[in-house]
Amino acid sequence: MANLFAGVGTSHVPGIGAAVDHDKTQLPYWKPLFDGYGPAREWMEREKPDVVIIVYNDHASAFSLELIPTFAMGVAAEFQPADEGYGPRQVPVVEGHPELAWHICESLIMDEFDMTIANKMPVDHGLTVPLSIMCGQPEAWPCKVIPLAVNVIQYPQPRGSRCFALGKAIRAAVDSFDEDLKVAVWGTGGMSHQLQGERAGFVNEPFDTAFLNDLTADKERLINIGHTEYMREAGSEGAELVMWLIMLGALDKDAKEVYRHYHVPASSTAAGLIILENS
Amino acid sequence: MRQDRPYSNIPGTYVLDPQHSMQGYELNMFCMSLNKPKNRDKFRLDEAAYLDDFPLTKEQRKAVLSRDWLGLLQLGGNIYYTFKLAIFDRRNMQYVGGAMSGVSEQEFTDMMIAGGRPVEGNLYTSEEK
Ligand SMILES: [Fe+2]
Repeated sequence: MANLFAGVGTSHVPGIGAAVDHDKTQLPYWKPLFDGYGPAREWMEREKPDVVIIVYNDHASAFSLELIPTFAMGVAAEFQPADEGYGPRQVPVVEGHPELAWHICESLIMDEFDMTIANKMPVDHGLTVPLSIMCGQPEAWPCKVIPLAVNVIQYPQPRGSRCFALGKAIRAAVDSFDEDLKVAVWGTGGMSHQLQGERAGFVNEPFDTAFLNDLTADKERLINIGHTEYMREAGSEGAELVMWLIMLGALDKDAKEVYRHYHVPASSTAAGLIILENS
Repeated sequence: MRQDRPYSNIPGTYVLDPQHSMQGYELNMFCMSLNKPKNRDKFRLDEAAYLDDFPLTKEQRKAVLSRDWLGLLQLGGNIYYTFKLAIFDRRNMQYVGGAMSGVSEQEFTDMMIAGGRPVEGNLYTSEEK
């Protein structure tokens, strides 16, 4: 049977990807951030998940205001890096896992989560930057990926409680997949940041620290953070953190923190990373 | 008139809510069009002529042409879309962040390195200096 063994929460700042792509990770600005990614990469190499479900948001790449799916799961065999205006990132094509992805979609919809199913979905920095953070620059990504795109740009984004419940349903779906696969879920985006307006550059380290703590200490509090609280306390773009709650919902109740890293700034964002493992 | 919302008193923040989305749809979709290399070439050739294909308001059109980064948000733009125009200009997030908050790219970058815009004084419009 498939075994969902761990979750990762990580920021997906485009600048982090650019630093990797343009060989800047050892510059003084970026080094402290990437030093902290070292142990996460070692963990990834040691654990070798077969499939990673990456919860991310599309930033006006595959989707736009023309069509705004709240939850869209990619079931294709591969996903191309998107052109976000610079030309596509020169990173490996992302290989999917159609059988597991379809199984999860079917299970979720029967479970009353009305998913959008995507056969063609170019993936932007929201998905490829976490891969760069966790895997560096391999010839091919070391795992299959099931993209789960969440709308967090158009208000209202899904509530934290709904995201957590979706995570639980994903777990049930993975648990019932009849193939020996090691599966991880990554929740991406955040942490506190605001890219827009006169308040651009807003960062709230106490909020972020409490968020990281409560992924294990007080899930109930995190699940109940509302839209306004995210925007006010974590910055207008900090609401991306609901995507971490899908990852959290997919884990055991008593999942343990095994690694954490936090650094300000990555571009205009507070960057966080956490690894949680089921016992 | 904008409805009063629980988040209306967050300072310097333009939420892409239903009203904002209605106001900015065409503007944001213009920005979206710059994802395509062919469109970027066309826009580079003649910005004003390219904009003729999009039913923007006079104010939106002006804000695009003059790169009024804050104005774009006030006219319905969303940063993930308007930033595509910044990418087109080869500007980074710190430049645009500075332009929206009235400081230079360097000052904005320095603020981020020092830990970002502080929480204190920035949670409620009522506590703005
Ligand atoms: Fe994002």
